[in-house]
Amino acid sequence: MKHVGQSYKKVDAETILSGRAAYTEDFVPAHALVIKVKRSPHPFAEIVSIDTSAAMKVPGVEAVFTYKDVPQTRFTLAGQTYPEASAYDTLILDKVVRYVGDAVAFVVAVDEETALKAEALVKVTYDVKKPILDIHEAIDNPSIIHNEEDLSYNFPVGGDPKRNIACSYKHVVGDVEVELAACDYVHEGKYFDQATVQSAMETFRCFSTIDQFGRLVVTSSTQIPFHVRRQLARALGISASKIRLIKPRIGGGFGSKQTACVEPACAFVTWKLKKPSVLIYDRSEANTCSTTRHAREWTIRIGATKDGFIRVIDMYTLSDAGAYGYHAFTTLTAGEHKSIGLYGKLKAVRYEGDVVYTNHSSGGAFRGYGATEALWPLENAVSELAKKIDMDEIELREKNVLRVGERALVFGEDERLESGLIPEAIARVKELSGWDKRPHSWQIDETHRGGLGAAMAFQGSGVAKIDVASVEIRLQEEGQYTLYTGSTDMGMGANTVLQQMACEVLGCPMANMHIYEADTDVVPFDPGSYASSTTYVTGTAAKLAAEDLRKKIIELAAKRWETSIDRIDFDGLELRMRDGSQVLSIEAFAERETCGVNRQQLAGFATWSSPTSPPPFMIGVAEVSVDTETGKVVPTHFYAVVDCGTLVNPMLAHVQAEGGITQGLGMALTEEVRYSSTGRLETNNFMHYKVPTRQDFGPITVDFVESYEPSGAFGVKSIGEVVINTSCPAVHNAILQAVGASVPNLPMIPEEVFMAMQEK
Amino acid sequence: MSLTLQLNVNGQLYTVQAAPDEMLLTTLRNLGLYSVRCGCDTTNCGLCTIWVDGEIILSCAYLTVRAQGHTITTLEGLKEEAAFLGECLASEGADQCGYCTTGMMMSVMALRRKKAHPTDQEIKDFLVGNLCRCTGYQSQLRGIRKYLEAMAQ
Ligand code: FES
Ligand code: FES
Repeated sequence: MKHVGQSYKKVDAETILSGRAAYTEDFVPAHALVIKVKRSPHPFAEIVSIDTSAAMKVPGVEAVFTYKDVPQTRFTLAGQTYPEASAYDTLILDKVVRYVGDAVAFVVAVDEETALKAEALVKVTYDVKKPILDIHEAIDNPSIIHNEEDLSYNFPVGGDPKRNIACSYKHVVGDVEVELAACDYVHEGKYFDQATVQSAMETFRCFSTIDQFGRLVVTSSTQIPFHVRRQLARALGISASKIRLIKPRIGGGFGSKQTACVEPACAFVTWKLKKPSVLIYDRSEANTCSTTRHAREWTIRIGATKDGFIRVIDMYTLSDAGAYGYHAFTTLTAGEHKSIGLYGKLKAVRYEGDVVYTNHSSGGAFRGYGATEALWPLENAVSELAKKIDMDEIELREKNVLRVGERALVFGEDERLESGLIPEAIARVKELSGWDKRPHSWQIDETHRGGLGAAMAFQGSGVAKIDVASVEIRLQEEGQYTLYTGSTDMGMGANTVLQQMACEVLGCPMANMHIYEADTDVVPFDPGSYASSTTYVTGTAAKLAAEDLRKKIIELAAKRWETSIDRIDFDGLELRMRDGSQVLSIEAFAERETCGVNRQQLAGFATWSSPTSPPPFMIGVAEVSVDTETGKVVPTHFYAVVDCGTLVNPMLAHVQAEGGITQGLGMALTEEVRYSSTGRLETNNFMHYKVPTRQDFGPITVDFVESYEPSGAFGVKSIGEVVINTSCPAVHNAILQAVGASVPNLPMIPEEVFMAMQEK
Repeated sequence: MSLTLQLNVNGQLYTVQAAPDEMLLTTLRNLGLYSVRCGCDTTNCGLCTIWVDGEIILSCAYLTVRAQGHTITTLEGLKEEAAFLGECLASEGADQCGYCTTGMMMSVMALRRKKAHPTDQEIKDFLVGNLCRCTGYQSQLRGIRKYLEAMAQ
């Protein structure tokens, strides 16, 4: 192949590295009104009164909006295809505030200084209620976080808001108790993962304007322009046709921008005042007032026969939705397939969970989307089971891992693993890490021990039967191609990869195509970039659109030359009769065919969705050093092998893997989430919320095995999310090897490790 | 209240209006120098890294008034060298979202002036304040090495 498989640099490299205007803030109109949000100091309260008069008197203040001013239709901020699986539990501003930092009023002024001054003058009287700050106290607590009568669901997701249950799920196959009783070895464990913060370097921000047609234009750092347009239409009570969403370059997303955040406030202000406005979150707002991963407490039982066949997995989670139920149900359910689905010799499974409302910041979407969370207890438990059986932990996994052609117990009736070089990936990681040639537990020096631990992971590629992407490719009159997509490149190189796939079909060099993305007025519908969908779902649509355009070009040339299509060669740049009698450059062809009477703009168009979501596979091996005096853990080396199908751009896939593994190491070891006793998020800046620095870990060695996935274009699957999934359990298992202690809580900070060492 | 100040930025003299407590980050962005970005406002991310008299500083914590009489350099002022470093980073895929990259590049170019042949550890130590959430730093290191090696020729 000419373009697929090439490590091209990113098509947008020059723009983003030059420092030229590229991101949302760089385009804010000079006269935009600045919005500051007045926030609740209480975790749970009802507003009794708000006095905005003093704030309004500050010169330069344009407006102060409270819950009395906003439309009263509840919606969800979760970026999901309609009908969303998240409760409609949110208002633009609500009389009830549900976490420290929840919005109370919007102060709109000519500049930031004025807005801040006025914000301090808004006087609020609260009826403070007893908050719920512990997931164990949520169900049937007399404090009801969502007591409103107008909360609604699009379909049942096991929610019972009057009992503080946002949603629940239970899936049982076979008889768990009977199978457990028949097992020779059973491991029971309890593990906890925190509500980690995506921490994109560019915080949430958007600005709104009214265009020359009187429509609302919202420019936002979002992963989901079409979903946000729909949410705003509902929230503002106006037709979606009156709204345009534009996404410039994004400074990172990782799922955080798969949930709307600043957009409703900013859109409301501009729509109301018919003036441009801007809302930019600072870092503490970004950490507190957006959405995070869901904190989950897991109990797990796993059983195997003496010859090492894992027969039962029984998992239950009590999870923290926080104040609003964004992505609560889908992250819970997504975790099942992508964790338990790995094991192919099971006879019984229970996967169950309750996600409860509390007065914490809300959960949402974070790279891994439920799979990272579920793989944490499962892959820990598998290694602990291996220890009990006295079997090598990778050998145990090899014995049980799902094979191509097999159907996992948690899969649908007609679902099989269609592709995957899983044994090859496992063999490769053993080779890379020297697994068979070195001890898995050793003394480094007097106060340090070394350990080696492994973990596996699946993810999906898009949401099966739901994600649908359309791509249009136009032949412009100068003979250039423009690709239009609603997917959103947030830095991972999606635009580059889509262009590679389209150029592969058309044959033209990359330089002859240009990509335009994520502007709801211009591009065809796409749910956006999440669920590891872009390369597989949108990429396949791009390939089909390129095929459509190619066919149209050749057909038209055949008509003009009065010949048949099979006598024409076309390489994207030149049309040529096989017998050499006619040659026409694409420039000349395009000019001739686009301009003039009875001519037309040629465009290829395709829409694609998949009945399946083929899982990419990853196996990670962590090497750690544990300070036995302090409990401090350093990941000294991480080895990973990924099977994401065909690599469209090996270099960009490699960097995705390195980045995902590193984020996972942060979740494993440093990214602590801490609330004060009064419910305030204390870890709301980079001083206290410690994302990994370049000094915190050793080398990362990544390799790929490329299976061929038949369902989409060119054999691709996905890469974006699977790569975050193995870090936490692999590090846990390496510590287990090093010092014999299982650390149950994330992050595995020195105190946690030290305590686990004392308890073992 | 705002002050009228003379600033020397990238070899050009600007007259700017700035509040006494305005930080250089804001002033420079107001001049359209968008390579200077804010990632935290608490001196923890390094995105706002620029040079004052050739030394790296965090412009989110540097008062604009203090910059009078000093030479300020942003990425925009280092044209060819910055473009070359950018090329080296891009050739390793080290520009993911790119939001952190321009600040990091300012640190790298300053490091080269101090030390033409740093070890990997010295690079990591010098750049520790430049956070990146996307890349996991490995590709950045590969790109930086490429740049340093080429520049040392
Ligand atoms: S914005 Fe200056 S260090 Fe983060
Ligand atoms: S490239 Fe996105 S933060 Fe560094």
